[in-house]
Amino acid sequence: MKNIRGQFPILTKKINGRAMIYFDNAATSQKPQSVINSMVDFYTKHNSNVHRGINPLAEEATRQYENARKKVKEFINANSTQEIIFTKGATESINLIAQSWGRKNLKKGDIVVLSIAEHHANFVPWLQLKKEIGIEIDVISLTGKGYLDIQKAKNLLTQKKVKLLALTLCSNVLGAIETRSIVSLQKIARANNIKILLDASQAISHIVVNVKKLNCDFLAFSGHKMFGPTGCGVLYGKNELLEKIPAWQGGGDMIREVFTNKFSENNLPYKFEAGTPNIAGAIGLGVAVDFIKKTGFKNILKKEEELTNYFLKKIKECDFAVLHGPTISKDRILVFSLTIKGVHPHDAADALGQKGIILRAGHHCAQPLHDYLKVSATLRASLSFYNTTEEIDLFFKELKKVYQKFN
Amino acid sequence: MDIYAQNILEHFKNPSNKGFIKGADVTHNEANLSCGDKLKVGLKIKNNKLVDFKFSGGGCAISQAAISILGEQIIGKSLSLILKLNFDDVKKYLGVSVSERRAKCALLGLITVQNAILKSKGKKLKEWRDYFLVFNKNFTD
Repeated sequence: MKNIRGQFPILTKKINGRAMIYFDNAATSQKPQSVINSMVDFYTKHNSNVHRGINPLAEEATRQYENARKKVKEFINANSTQEIIFTKGATESINLIAQSWGRKNLKKGDIVVLSIAEHHANFVPWLQLKKEIGIEIDVISLTGKGYLDIQKAKNLLTQKKVKLLALTLCSNVLGAIETRSIVSLQKIARANNIKILLDASQAISHIVVNVKKLNCDFLAFSGHKMFGPTGCGVLYGKNELLEKIPAWQGGGDMIREVFTNKFSENNLPYKFEAGTPNIAGAIGLGVAVDFIKKTGFKNILKKEEELTNYFLKKIKECDFAVLHGPTISKDRILVFSLTIKGVHPHDAADALGQKGIILRAGHHCAQPLHDYLKVSATLRASLSFYNTTEEIDLFFKELKKVYQKFN
Repeated sequence: MDIYAQNILEHFKNPSNKGFIKGADVTHNEANLSCGDKLKVGLKIKNNKLVDFKFSGGGCAISQAAISILGEQIIGKSLSLILKLNFDDVKKYLGVSVSERRAKCALLGLITVQNAILKSKGKKLKEWRDYFLVFNKNFTD
């Protein structure tokens, strides 16, 4: 893991004359040079539309695009590339399931179980179905430390009309890793024929996501939170389930035949990829997978654990900030949402931003969770393996100055 | 210029006119949902003049200081004059440069007060875009 920071050109950026400290990785991670180069390379040398045209250039583009799909398939240990749908991102992936699987399989009074810690992307598509067809939404609450309340979850799942359990693997606010809880809910879900959708947006670059081990039916994530470009994400779905649900959007690529009065659908995964896809984005995502592999996921996780431990130690010493979520490093990713005594999160983010420390303040697209925690907003520092303990020191030093100024 | 100048911090820590008015002629709430800033104002109006003003609620230092400073400026003024105030006036009162990302914080007080007045007159309330259209800026949550 030598010269990791050197591979991310933006990390040398200065803001107001100070070295930038990028602590907003939960919003989007930075991109290594290899990912940036792959997209420049595509547009420079290979640009063409995919799956169309009997010509050598289209063939090059198609080969690269499909090769990216293969890389993603291996990365999450799916059975086949037919189970990997390229989307715009996790949001579109979940919307696809709600609109296609949901509309076909859910009827008035059926229940979708979510957790209170879901991102809006895993709340709103179901609320839309509630409005449209009258489904019910039941919400799993959390324990005091911000973990999923398993007992409550089990109680909710024994209700007759539950058809789907849709959960985040890792909250983008609390950072709690819920893999164990989710695995422990498998049995009861399977026994009651409840499908499982996982939002792996935060988890994907911080824990090993293995769809076979998770035994989930659907899984969604965005490429840009795992060092890939924005605008390209993934929906994984079990082959037999994806086969059974109708195409979502209509257009080119998703059809086999079109007549003036009817059409037939293409095979998986193309059935769900209407229109020209984000070809360069998918290629970039494939190279992001290469980057993780080359760096070694084990090495990344080891470095992240060090940083998590260090941050937790510093927050423990800090008497003016409260951390939301687990305080045990093995139970959490490096997403730290804080409440600062006497300082509104927006003031803290703005003041620290002036010092070159990039943070996010607000409800982080998790308003139900913030209402539940009874805070209007939090200050979020979200790290990645390329951050350093020196940066954490500087963050706490500057945070203390802000606290003193306001109190 | 530092947005957290001494006067801003003073108003944040010791705001003027914070509280409630008994028998207010009109009260009104506005919120900056993306930040969680919330304000409620109570106005007493006499002969088309603002004779008393109080605010409650919470939020960031900019939103709280802005409503505190605005309150000091508008008590005793005519309603038509208060309705004419805009982002430039708020910036002038604050005495610091307000970046685009904090514009909504700075304006929350003004929109709450102006909408309270419009409400008392039974007129259509202002929306955020009414303030930003003036500066030809595209603002979203």
